[in-house]
Amino acid sequence: MKLLKLAHGRLLPALEEAQEEVSLEDWRANPQAHAGATALVISNDVPLADVRCDLSGFSVIVLDFPTFKDGRAYSQARLLRERYAYTGEIRARGEVLRDQLSFMARCGFDGFEFAGAAGDAEAALEEFSFAYQPAADGALPVCRRRIAAAEAA
Amino acid sequence: MYRYDEFDATLVAERVAQFRGQVARRLSGALSEDEFKPLRLMNGLYLQLHAYMLRVAIPYGTLSSKQMRRLAHVARKYDKGYGHFTTRQNIQYNWPALVDTPDILDDLADVEMHAIQTSGNCIRNVTSDPYAGATADEIEDPRPYAEMIRQWSTFHPEFSFLPRKFKIAVTASDHDRAAVKVHDIGLRLYPNEAGEAGFEVLVGGGLGRTPYVGHVIRRFLPKEHLLSYLEAILRVYNTQGRRDNLYKARIKILVNSEGADRFADLVEAEWTKIKGRGVDLPAEEAARIRAYFAPPDFEDLSDRSEKLEAARAADEDFARWLRVNTKPHKAPGYAIVNISLKSIGGVPGDISDMQMEAVADLAEAYSFDEIRATHEQNLVLPHVKKDDLHAVWSALGGAGLATANIGLVSDIIACPGLDYCTLANARSIPIAQSIAERFADLGVQEDLGELKIKISGCINACGHHHVGHIGILGVDKKGEEFYQITLGGSGAEDASLGEIAGRGLSSTQVVDAVEKLVGFYRGNRQDGERFLDTYRRLGAGPFKEALYEAA
Ligand code: SF4
Repeated sequence: MKLLKLAHGRLLPALEEAQEEVSLEDWRANPQAHAGATALVISNDVPLADVRCDLSGFSVIVLDFPTFKDGRAYSQARLLRERYAYTGEIRARGEVLRDQLSFMARCGFDGFEFAGAAGDAEAALEEFSFAYQPAADGALPVCRRRIAAAEAA
Repeated sequence: MYRYDEFDATLVAERVAQFRGQVARRLSGALSEDEFKPLRLMNGLYLQLHAYMLRVAIPYGTLSSKQMRRLAHVARKYDKGYGHFTTRQNIQYNWPALVDTPDILDDLADVEMHAIQTSGNCIRNVTSDPYAGATADEIEDPRPYAEMIRQWSTFHPEFSFLPRKFKIAVTASDHDRAAVKVHDIGLRLYPNEAGEAGFEVLVGGGLGRTPYVGHVIRRFLPKEHLLSYLEAILRVYNTQGRRDNLYKARIKILVNSEGADRFADLVEAEWTKIKGRGVDLPAEEAARIRAYFAPPDFEDLSDRSEKLEAARAADEDFARWLRVNTKPHKAPGYAIVNISLKSIGGVPGDISDMQMEAVADLAEAYSFDEIRATHEQNLVLPHVKKDDLHAVWSALGGAGLATANIGLVSDIIACPGLDYCTLANARSIPIAQSIAERFADLGVQEDLGELKIKISGCINACGHHHVGHIGILGVDKKGEEFYQITLGGSGAEDASLGEIAGRGLSSTQVVDAVEKLVGFYRGNRQDGERFLDTYRRLGAGPFKEALYEAA
């Protein structure tokens, strides 16, 4: 398992820095005991609307894909970025497959625990030039590009 | 109709390239079948009993002649010379080879078609009224909204791995020809008291093993907020829908376990937070999409065509076809033509490559180049001049496409059943064929009036048996094919779920059973009543008695 990180449009292998992980439940039960934790692990059945606490102290939030078919963490990642303005790393863990990477990146993931080849993963992010809908990656949706193109013409 | 610009064209081309890569990785063994499965499913490729099946999207059922000719080409080149129109306005090919599928998708992309999201646990191809833009009873053309939904839902990064598949239908008429009440989301465009058009939003309808009619969760949604409201519904479903049990994963289960009111509150709470944050289309873009659906240049005609009246008087077969298969158009002097894909003894929804070419030629010559697919597995030429109806009828007859049975007893919806489907308990197609043959006389059929028979080969209900006036469900009884009858269902504006009539029947008994039910109706109907009306007036009891008497 390698850790890949997305930065400035490139997806590259990263050095695995030591993180002290804590689960959301443990941290909530006793924040003092986990004062040194740097990575928060949130399971995918937690409604993020309930997580009304300051997450900015964590440099990583780990979200889970127990199987690739279970897509709840896509919503969690978007909420962390778009509603809770979390700017640290959001890391995908679990069954993280090549053909899901671009969806993950669009939803705000920028760390991936990925078993396949790094070059393959980067190619996966380059398969589509644009997207119809806005998400957490800040990409300009097609409708805005159309308007911009019409204005430029 | 909508035309791709460079953005749409690029995305579809990139999708084909991506799929070509995925197929290559599967063929080389780099992907296991398990890993490949969700990828091929998102491109409409299923593994069936005998072969792969490719399902091609026809967004909201609208096709040009050029696209229809390309579908004929695919049938000829990659399949056995025919295709099959489905209950979701799509077309399926039953015999493509895996290695050919990227080439098929390339050929389709040339004419702005694709197989994106025709299967898998994602937002499926959106469906709408096949008479959109033609019928007098709509408040406006619903297709621009369907196209907006198509674009918004295409490769949606958050909603591509939902608990289950997700189907959205849109109508803009009081006559519901899109079955909006039995979709995951049904949208009905209507004018409020102030005269503004907005959507009534229904959620949680659906068939399958636990059928439900959808609940209204919002009485009036302003049109400009359509996409943000849909995004709110989908987010609630994606995060809270059940994933522990395949059969409880559809949104209808969530809506019914939470209760429609509480579910509506959850959606409303989410929507307040995302409204105005960029999901809804800018007004310029909505106008751009709407402009593609401007009405064609209808001629200024008198509503009465002397040519038509002369032909009608001269030929009773033509006159019957006019009565049964054509519908009123909003432009004077025009008509909506239904093309039945239910020839007596044929396979419901099947069409040969030559027939597709014939339909394409007729659309080009007589219907502003437009064709529609219906959820009842038929086709429509939406804008035909009354003066031309006789010529169209003659040409359809020459192609074996002029059966005058739209909405009648032999216009049967049937799922593929045991002839193709791995999940089936029983065959559907031969039952449909036997019933149609039993009632072959078109005069008798017309006299019986509207009668919707729907057949599913198993409880997954792809043949929509729950909403058939007469529904037929294939069940397995000690390894033998048996059929259960349901009565009184409807998928239209008067939606209801059929009730089980009684014990199961063998395949030979089932055709007799339909005949008995129809006979009882004929003996007891009152002026102008349809089968369904008589059933609703008299209740299930007498029909059940008629069905099981001395059987
Ligand atoms: S209803 Fe059952 S048998 Fe028919 S197509 Fe669907 S899954 Fe197959």
